[in-house]
Amino acid sequence: MKLSHLKIGETGTIVAFTDLEMSVKLMEMGCLPGEVVEVERFAPFGDPMAIRVAGYQLCLRKSEADVIIIQ
Amino acid sequence: MDIKVALVGNPNTGKSTLFNRLTGLNQKIGNFPGITVDKKTGFTKLSDGKDAEIIDLPGTYSLYPKSKDESIVFQVLADQGNSSHPDVIVLVTDASNLKRNMLLYSQVADLGIPMILALNMIDLAAKGGIEIDVDKLAAKLGIQVVSISARNNIGIDKLKQAVTNTNKIATQFQEVDVNFLAPEAINAIKQHINTDNDYYALQVLHQHEHLTFFTEKDQVEIEEIEQSHQFESAKIQAAETIARYKHLSTVLSDVVTDQGTAKKFSFSDRLDAILTHKVWGFAIFLLILFVIFNAIFAWSSYPMEWIEGTFGWITSMGHEHLPAGMLTDLVLDGVVAGLGGIFVFIPQIAILFAFISILEDTGYMSRVTFMMDKIMSKVGLNGKSVVPMIGGLACAVPSIMAARNIENWKDRMITIMVTPLISCSARLPVYILLISIIIPAKTIWGIISLQGLALMVMYLVSFVAAVVVAWVMKLIIKTKEKSYFIMELPIYRMPRWKNVLFTMYEKSKTFVLEAGKVIIAISIILWVLASFGPGNRFDNIDQKYSAALADTTKNTDHIKTLVATEKLENSYVGILGHFIEPAIRPLGYDWKIGIGLITSFAAREAFVGTMATIYSVDGGDEDSVTIRQRMEASVNSKTGLPVYTFATGISLMLFYAFAMQCMSTVAIVYRETKGWKWPVIQLAYMTAMAYVAALIAYQLLK
Repeated sequence: MKLSHLKIGETGTIVAFTDLEMSVKLMEMGCLPGEVVEVERFAPFGDPMAIRVAGYQLCLRKSEADVIIIQ
Repeated sequence: MDIKVALVGNPNTGKSTLFNRLTGLNQKIGNFPGITVDKKTGFTKLSDGKDAEIIDLPGTYSLYPKSKDESIVFQVLADQGNSSHPDVIVLVTDASNLKRNMLLYSQVADLGIPMILALNMIDLAAKGGIEIDVDKLAAKLGIQVVSISARNNIGIDKLKQAVTNTNKIATQFQEVDVNFLAPEAINAIKQHINTDNDYYALQVLHQHEHLTFFTEKDQVEIEEIEQSHQFESAKIQAAETIARYKHLSTVLSDVVTDQGTAKKFSFSDRLDAILTHKVWGFAIFLLILFVIFNAIFAWSSYPMEWIEGTFGWITSMGHEHLPAGMLTDLVLDGVVAGLGGIFVFIPQIAILFAFISILEDTGYMSRVTFMMDKIMSKVGLNGKSVVPMIGGLACAVPSIMAARNIENWKDRMITIMVTPLISCSARLPVYILLISIIIPAKTIWGIISLQGLALMVMYLVSFVAAVVVAWVMKLIIKTKEKSYFIMELPIYRMPRWKNVLFTMYEKSKTFVLEAGKVIIAISIILWVLASFGPGNRFDNIDQKYSAALADTTKNTDHIKTLVATEKLENSYVGILGHFIEPAIRPLGYDWKIGIGLITSFAAREAFVGTMATIYSVDGGDEDSVTIRQRMEASVNSKTGLPVYTFATGISLMLFYAFAMQCMSTVAIVYRETKGWKWPVIQLAYMTAMAYVAALIAYQLLK
């Protein structure tokens, strides 16, 4: 399942990425395989989204959340 | 200087606060040699009386740069010949979010430069239930660890003491042995560039293309090594990041205890629920914009009048007391007038930046960015373009400076390119004058003023133009950089008022110094062109009126104005006006308007003053009604028809809406993009757009 498919309040554990280049950027920001992420909210127009990861709040576009596979 | 200290850390860790705390106002902004990124340096006294130079490096999440600013960090740390290369690194981290912050520590540590770890915002972390065993961490890393709170002035002396105590030789343990990631390539590089540091060699393989301190021959050879060993940059970087985090987990496992993660964010979460709400979020944003916009106009009008008055006073006092002559005229009417034109922008710049720095400090700005990104990205802009574009309603100059917050190069360039299209306050007097001539002062349905409606349409036109141009530029400008929007949303905090004041001061100073040079130069040129004419034309005018002026029984004011007008027509600017007349006739303008167009290149509002001079009205733009009457009455000497028809008026307003008639903006775009390429493109496209729009409008309406 992709991170972008989660609803507000739902959590998941990162297992893999589908885009190598994007994965490097995401991992630097603490989105590592094994980390638990929680969807906090979506921007008023449904994109981007804010997630809680590694003890802080991160926002990213849905297209970027698409590359994160969660369980 | 006894010792050089570099501050390195993630964004939002309070690095700049620490920098200000250490250096006070004793700091300066310059350039890194050969690279176009601002460099902040300052000085501090250490406990043993030694002086330390503090260098504030741009905030970054890792040594792999995502923006031009970030690429400086590795450049400076890697190149021992760089004048900013530090003796000691203070790695600043946010204590409440240590693990993510330590990734950068782990990378920097492996470069082998002596370093100190500063755990900033330790008081906030403690409040959030996070405890860090500083001694244990220090023992595990092999360096001094100091817990501080830069904002509340806790632990600063301890940090300075730690800098004094630091050895010349790095003591930190190696974090990750990266050799396994690409052993052959790394070994080949180590031999080639003569280093025994594996991680330095690996970084060179990754980003040598961006490193300026290698010779061309070196670059070719490094590239060869990279190719022959099939070095897969992204894959290796991913493996390195995972390895570093794995190591950090073991380091931090019994050092950090966290008992209150859930509680910690409840305040920020509740605020976010309102401030980024579908309805309330936008309502609050609009309200804040209204307050800012209003403040820029209302609060700046008094100081601006005062500045204008002061410069006017200096000019008139100078003319009274200095010996009359060309030098006096040049100094007073060229240089002093040019300086006045710069200083008059300071109130608006200072107020806009006060608000921007408050909104950024509190963390609200990232929420606005978050809310607006979807709309803005559709036309090639970025959520972060909102701030400059709103500020453009007041003045493009500070707004273009505010576009620095946009990391993505393409998004930032597009923002800079379209911001001057937004209708700024200098266009207002021009619109008001022209609308009062061509639009009847009537109301429809008894309440809606036609003139007010016309003014609003001009503002709408400016926004539509900015959006359309942004969209076109999105298609034209090519970049290898992928637009992305992975951004930290920092928790809400109180603004640091000292920082707000300092930002106001710093931005105003930058503007005066940088834009000032160009503005003064152009003012002087314009003054010369308006004050001199070819041959003895001016002498002839003086002779023609000398008898009338000598007659002391009559008021000579009107004669003096006639002389001034005739001189202006015969000056180089006047001749230029006549010269460009064929080009502007299709737009419905005569040579007098041509002069107005030329003089308002200095600043748009000069149009009103120029029209006042040309139409022989004394008293300058205070007498708008009389200028208006004169302009309404004026007829074209060739055709005998009125000059200011509806078609000409609309054509002129569209010209002013799109044309880049503001040398302050040209100067600031030059400064911000560090070259003439972008300001020239901007000047060209805006002038072309203004000409075409005015041409179409006039030809359709005449």
